[in-house]
Amino acid sequence: MSSEEIIALLPYTAPFLFVDQIEELGDSYIVGSYTFSRESYFYEGHFKGNPVTPGVILTECMAQIGLVSLGISKLAGQDLAALKLAFTSADVEFLKPVMPGEKVTVVSEEAYFRFNKLKCNVKLLNAQDEVCVKGTLAGIFSTK
Amino acid sequence: MNNEHYEALKNIIKIYLPEDVSVDDIKPTSHLTQELNVNSANLVDIVLDVEDHFDITIEDDEIEKMETVQSAIEVIEAKVQS
Repeated sequence: MSSEEIIALLPYTAPFLFVDQIEELGDSYIVGSYTFSRESYFYEGHFKGNPVTPGVILTECMAQIGLVSLGISKLAGQDLAALKLAFTSADVEFLKPVMPGEKVTVVSEEAYFRFNKLKCNVKLLNAQDEVCVKGTLAGIFSTK
Repeated sequence: MNNEHYEALKNIIKIYLPEDVSVDDIKPTSHLTQELNVNSANLVDIVLDVEDHFDITIEDDEIEKMETVQSAIEVIEAKVQS
């Protein structure tokens, strides 16, 4: 699957789509990127007068690339129109802040994909290749 | 039902019980999702732990048979003995 095909199948749109490009895709790993626009709505409130990308948004970016995009590529050939998703767990550590305008790269490796549950070890890196967030995310993918 | 298998399964299930369900609530007849309130994501973790503990492989259509503690033991014992 191409980057465009995967992004077209993602069930998100602005202002809650946090995937610009899928750069690498393997059977059990994915690499994708996103640039946080300085104009993003959440910077108005997080924090007052001191914009920093919220941890929940970084986690969402990791989930959209590392979990949902990888899961969709693994389900290629199935009826993706009927796809239902549930984010089931996130265990993450925030190591460095991500400021407005920064480009981040998400690298995700599958831990397992069994009984519709995908669990991945995911890292979010900044343009200097420093790990800003790392953790384990899981979700359920149902196409029934 | 082999007691050793039952105790082993109980020890796996208790890790994934929600806070308002106690290990003492686990009975052979307990329905994993409806009575013990195990969610579907944690049910997968239980099955993966069962595979590791008993050194067996559970197929996709077999997880559906593992509705109660008793029926899960039946699926496990059919594989452990074979």
